[in-house]
Amino acid sequence: MDMAFIIETIVKIVVILLVFSALAGLGTYFERKVLAFMQRRLGPMHVGPFGLLQVAADGIKLFTKEDIIPQNVVKPIFKIAPVITAATAFMAAAAIPFWPQFTVFGYTVHPIVADVNIGILYVLGMMAIGLYGPLLGGMASANKFSLISAARSAAVFISYEVVSGLSLLAPLMMVGSLSLIDINNYQAGGIGNWIVWSQPVAFILFWIAAFAETGRTPFHLIANDHEIIDGFGTEYSGMRWGLFFIGEYANMFFISFVIAIIFLGGFGDGSIAGAFQLLLKVSFFFFFFLWTRAAWPDVRPDQLMWLCWKVLMPIAVINVVITGFVMMF
Amino acid sequence: MHSEPLNDRNVSEQSAYYYVDIEEYPTTGWDKFKQVVKRTFRGELFVGLWVVMREMIKFDIHTVQYPKEKLPIGPRYRAVHKLLRLWESGYERCIGCGLCEKICISDCIRMDTKIDENSRKEVTEYSINLGRCIFCGYCAEVCPELAIVHGQRYENGSEQRAHFVIKDDMLTPLDFLTSGQQAEYPGFGSITPNESVTKTPLAY
Repeated sequence: MDMAFIIETIVKIVVILLVFSALAGLGTYFERKVLAFMQRRLGPMHVGPFGLLQVAADGIKLFTKEDIIPQNVVKPIFKIAPVITAATAFMAAAAIPFWPQFTVFGYTVHPIVADVNIGILYVLGMMAIGLYGPLLGGMASANKFSLISAARSAAVFISYEVVSGLSLLAPLMMVGSLSLIDINNYQAGGIGNWIVWSQPVAFILFWIAAFAETGRTPFHLIANDHEIIDGFGTEYSGMRWGLFFIGEYANMFFISFVIAIIFLGGFGDGSIAGAFQLLLKVSFFFFFFLWTRAAWPDVRPDQLMWLCWKVLMPIAVINVVITGFVMMF
Repeated sequence: MHSEPLNDRNVSEQSAYYYVDIEEYPTTGWDKFKQVVKRTFRGELFVGLWVVMREMIKFDIHTVQYPKEKLPIGPRYRAVHKLLRLWESGYERCIGCGLCEKICISDCIRMDTKIDENSRKEVTEYSINLGRCIFCGYCAEVCPELAIVHGQRYENGSEQRAHFVIKDDMLTPLDFLTSGQQAEYPGFGSITPNESVTKTPLAY
């Protein structure tokens, strides 16, 4: 391993961390604005032009707020839990190609930290480890609402791992590789080659599972404000709570990238136009997360489990079997 | 709309009341399955998505950006009280009759009077305890001289609320009166200028 590779990787890691931390903040701004417009409100307006500096104000508030550790919590676990959420979210980004490779001053840059051959498996695995953030944080909090939230997060994440894994199995069988770059190149021929046309069911299933795994609104049970306060985040304050928040929003961006790359052609043939198309697709999926939050009600936990085990999982299995038969004959 | 059909609260042909048509809950597994399939493919979720998207595109924002924009309030809005002056002489309208003090149901008006050198009753102290005032408006209603009225001043953030309701603060300043800025509410019970509200003569 030469020095240039190490330096390049460190630079990429820093860039991804900075860009997506900033995007997580901007994501909250867009979420407030989009939700407000859909509800005929204006949203943040007072800090900066059109409230744009609200992000900075929130950041200053989160950073300078007192970090309260309640008396009866399990202190080491309580302290480490938000770090797990944020860290696993960003670790999952290591195998995601955010951009096609490009050349700067004669030096070819691959905008992916590590093009490992088990790419998507690694991404899903890291996102699954993200479960330990809410689970440990909720159980260590000495708060019954946090405890309920921890139980729910364990149930929801583990259940929907099954759906997301099984639904991805069919496209992966077609591509024959787990690397996200290989999956992208499989669809490089244009819109007609997108996997969404040959695997629409898998696309819908994975999209639904993405909502459960990021804990967004139709499946927003883990930190459901109106019934269990902020769930696992109830006892957290200041930047520890902010880490949960950054983790959630970073996860939304990364899962949007994953959906766009696997099913909607990613960056296509790697041209500049393809790269911007990828960003457009990701923006759409991120916007859809906000859109559903304005439009749809939450489901109950038992309905969520019912949906997972009695509807989505059988459909995913049938989809895999049919894909297998079609590929055999 | 006539209210007669609504008076009969029983569900019948004549009354306006009827039972909401609720479908029977499915009991067998096959019926439940059919209900799930029907609800899944009826596309109601997309109706919800369309409704919020339509509102976003129409951009029909109803927010009032309060400190910058204010909604108009009615002329008889019951905010912090004002003591008015006679238009032609600038003399205080209050004759110290004490009716407002008497009628105040939360007992928050306090006034002191004396007889001045012209044998005219003069109000020396007049204060309203805003901590107890419920803004019922009885004082303004009972006042025979239209001396105490409710103002439109609802922004009463200050170091002490009491500062709004001592006599010097409630009474219309003389320069306000001469520049014609003393507001009178319109409508029933309002004054007829130069006629009803003039200084009562001491002797006829």
